[in-house]
Amino acid sequence: MSAPTATVPPEQEPSPSFAVRLGVAQRAGGIVVPILTAVLAFLAGGIVVAATGHNPWTAYRGIWQGAGFNWLFHVPWDTNTVHLDAFNLSQTLLVTTTLILTGLAVAFPFRCGLFNIGGQGQYLVGLIVANWVGVSFASWPTLPHVLLGVGAAAAAGAVWAGIAGFLKAATGAHEVISTIMLNWVAIWGGQYLFGQGGPLQNTQNPAAPESGAVAQSAHIPVFWGSPELQGLDVGFFVALAMLVVFWVLLNRTTLGYEVRAVGYNPDAAAYGGIDVRRSYLVAMAISGGFAGLAGALDMLGYLFQFGTLDVQASQIGFLGIAVALLGRNTAVGTGIAAFLFGGLLYGTTRGLDPNVFDPSLAGNLTSMIQGLIVLFVGADIFILYLWNARRKVRSRRRRLHEAAAA
Amino acid sequence: MTEQTVLELRGITKRYPGIVANDHVDFDLRAGEVHALLGENGAGKSTLMNVLYGLTKADEGETIVRGRPVSFSSARDAIAAGIGMVHQHFMLIPVMTVAENIVLGVEPSRNGVLLDEADAERRVAELSRQFGLAVEPGALVSTISVGQQQRVEILKALYRGAEILVLDEPTAVLTPQEAAELFEIVRSLKADGKSVVFISHKLNEVLEVADRITVLRRGRRIDTVPREGATEEGLARMMVGREVLLRVDKAPPAPAEVALEVEDLHVRDDRGLEKVRGVSFSVRRGEIVGIAGVDGNGQTELVEAITGLRAPESGRIAVAGTTLHGRVTARRMLDAGVGHIPEDRQRRGLVLEFTIAENLALHDYHRPPDSRRGWLFPARLLERAARLIAEFDIRGGGPLTPARALSGGNQQKVVVAREVARNPAVLVAAQPTRGLDVGAIEYVHRRLLAERDTGHAILLVSLELDEVLSLADRILVLYEGRIVGEHAAGASEAEVGFEMLGGRRQAA
Repeated sequence: MSAPTATVPPEQEPSPSFAVRLGVAQRAGGIVVPILTAVLAFLAGGIVVAATGHNPWTAYRGIWQGAGFNWLFHVPWDTNTVHLDAFNLSQTLLVTTTLILTGLAVAFPFRCGLFNIGGQGQYLVGLIVANWVGVSFASWPTLPHVLLGVGAAAAAGAVWAGIAGFLKAATGAHEVISTIMLNWVAIWGGQYLFGQGGPLQNTQNPAAPESGAVAQSAHIPVFWGSPELQGLDVGFFVALAMLVVFWVLLNRTTLGYEVRAVGYNPDAAAYGGIDVRRSYLVAMAISGGFAGLAGALDMLGYLFQFGTLDVQASQIGFLGIAVALLGRNTAVGTGIAAFLFGGLLYGTTRGLDPNVFDPSLAGNLTSMIQGLIVLFVGADIFILYLWNARRKVRSRRRRLHEAAAA
Repeated sequence: MTEQTVLELRGITKRYPGIVANDHVDFDLRAGEVHALLGENGAGKSTLMNVLYGLTKADEGETIVRGRPVSFSSARDAIAAGIGMVHQHFMLIPVMTVAENIVLGVEPSRNGVLLDEADAERRVAELSRQFGLAVEPGALVSTISVGQQQRVEILKALYRGAEILVLDEPTAVLTPQEAAELFEIVRSLKADGKSVVFISHKLNEVLEVADRITVLRRGRRIDTVPREGATEEGLARMMVGREVLLRVDKAPPAPAEVALEVEDLHVRDDRGLEKVRGVSFSVRRGEIVGIAGVDGNGQTELVEAITGLRAPESGRIAVAGTTLHGRVTARRMLDAGVGHIPEDRQRRGLVLEFTIAENLALHDYHRPPDSRRGWLFPARLLERAARLIAEFDIRGGGPLTPARALSGGNQQKVVVAREVARNPAVLVAAQPTRGLDVGAIEYVHRRLLAERDTGHAILLVSLELDEVLSLADRILVLYEGRIVGEHAAGASEAEVGFEMLGGRRQAA
């Protein structure tokens, strides 16, 4: 018996949802599109730099050096006379550590069909809890003290995101709205806790609205550079390990199977016997765990103390969104995107030689490149639309010609 | 009757990435003729008509209307040229009246601004008399039946001066009675000199209504034949390209013990409306029980309740002799031995982005051998997939092919393979052949019968009355959430169709 095996023509396909079309467009683009996206964003950024009367080549060279990439890839045009390459790279990797985790905090729920905008809040909750554990229990030995701080912070992040997951599961409340609201709760909570008279304010200087300093026993060991000069701590390897955990969780566990099934098609998942609402809750909690861990590694790795102004200024959790988008919500992609953004972030701030390029300008350049990347990633679908519109315009023009000829 | 050609499509070619939907197709329509376009799903019928109607642009070929070459860029151009199309899915506004819908866009107005309601209704009434299409001009569209909505669509086209009418799968949504009425309408349109393109994949109705029949297969025109001398077998062979067994050969059933028992089941839909109102029946091992009914009479909710996807309001469900108490979930039902071929394989039956192997594991991924203590073993999934792909003749890909890449028929084979391979006590098949072509339908029917013959209980829910009549050993008619009739195999279409519309049976 031979059943026909004709492929399904376009006319038979039901019109797919936006998310599915985006997914297809992204997969069709494969690895080329994210690279192209980044290149385009850098080109556009360069044009703006040129428009302001600066030399884009100098600016990017300054950022490259500021990020310490010279240490990895020594380029002949190296003009860095100070030779801080190793230090700069260690600082880039410090930022990369955080971005990997805040990126995973967005990527994981994305695979379950959820958009976690709350990475910043979950990160802050992790910071706060890690600070509290680090300041307290000062008599403990290092290993249990660090483990307790990291574990408690990750758990707190999980609970924080879990609230949004629970609301989604129980009432259908949209996770975008609830995570944004939870961000503000975390930000104002941090303001209160670290502020004057707050429960976690430091005891030495009542005038300073900042937390106490983490005890030496809770400092994560530094393996590259000097602990006094904010060297790179072993938290970096924890972040790398989390990339592996992310992949294993998604692809080698039943939980990951459920998360992916729900993310692609909740109706089919429910039909398969999967508890969709539980998956939402679990995916959000795991996501918050990643973000909380990021907060812990920052607090116990190099920050040690945090003020209310720091709470307000912190943006690293939001950057995780750009990292996950550029990394296409995969482990490898998130790792690479985190490194890119880490370099960009550090290379335009403290690492940048002010003689090469004005750092205040450079900071704006970073924000712009971030924005453009997010825009371009979201534009996949828009580009498809333009492509179709172009064809329509062309055929209309052809008809006009035909009409004129007739 | 004039033999004048009103419409001609010459060498129409339309390519989509990876497929030629129309490959130099010729088609012509004479004045006062019904010309059927017959082909399986995906044969290119809709593409051809979309080209004609200006919805898509052909890559090659020309369209000639009444001897003049034309090039339509939108449906408006086509309408202006006297072509009207009635789509499979109606494009009516439910909150407006019949008359308002018909005149929409070309309304008669008072003082150039206000809609002249009375005039609109008068014109519509006149039109409906002229063509023998009975409608009530003042009724809201949301309150009239599907068959009447279709008449409104036809009137809409006629109101815009259509001389050529394209009916795209017009009977897909109709009951047998409504279909018979539609055929009458088509004949009266013909008598009035209109020309009709009748798109269908159903052989019997094409033979009933058409003057000439053009068969498409995989984008190519196979032949155009007059109705006289055409047979179902011959047309099916042209459609599929090989001999097809049109009639289901089945042995008498050997019903054994009860596998599924439903008692006084009440189910509400998402809006809180009671869609299943006290249904009781049972299905025995070794028999197929068919549920016939017009769409929307509670079939979906009934199936969802039996498969654990929707909590029933009240009632009792027992599978293989065990009553399920308390909160019933899909997984509990699966574990109790209910298999389910869902009515919408793309929305529910498959995760299209998943591979075939992952889709085949959808019910069993959480237990050995697929996984142990939460760890998934992809190699085991692949093993099963390789086995089932061979056993169920799934074509077009291997275990790692995403389900999206398969044709509709092969996607359904994946669903059938998954459900049948679990060896369920009772298999609920909801519209198992919807959207499939003749060859794949034959496959699914044979599989269902084979399952029955190996002692499985099957509950077949279908909107295709033919399917229920030819497969089921017992037929239940569902109307407004109640079972209004029960028939043995061999019941006539008229009998069952009458009850599907809510007609009461005479003392039987």
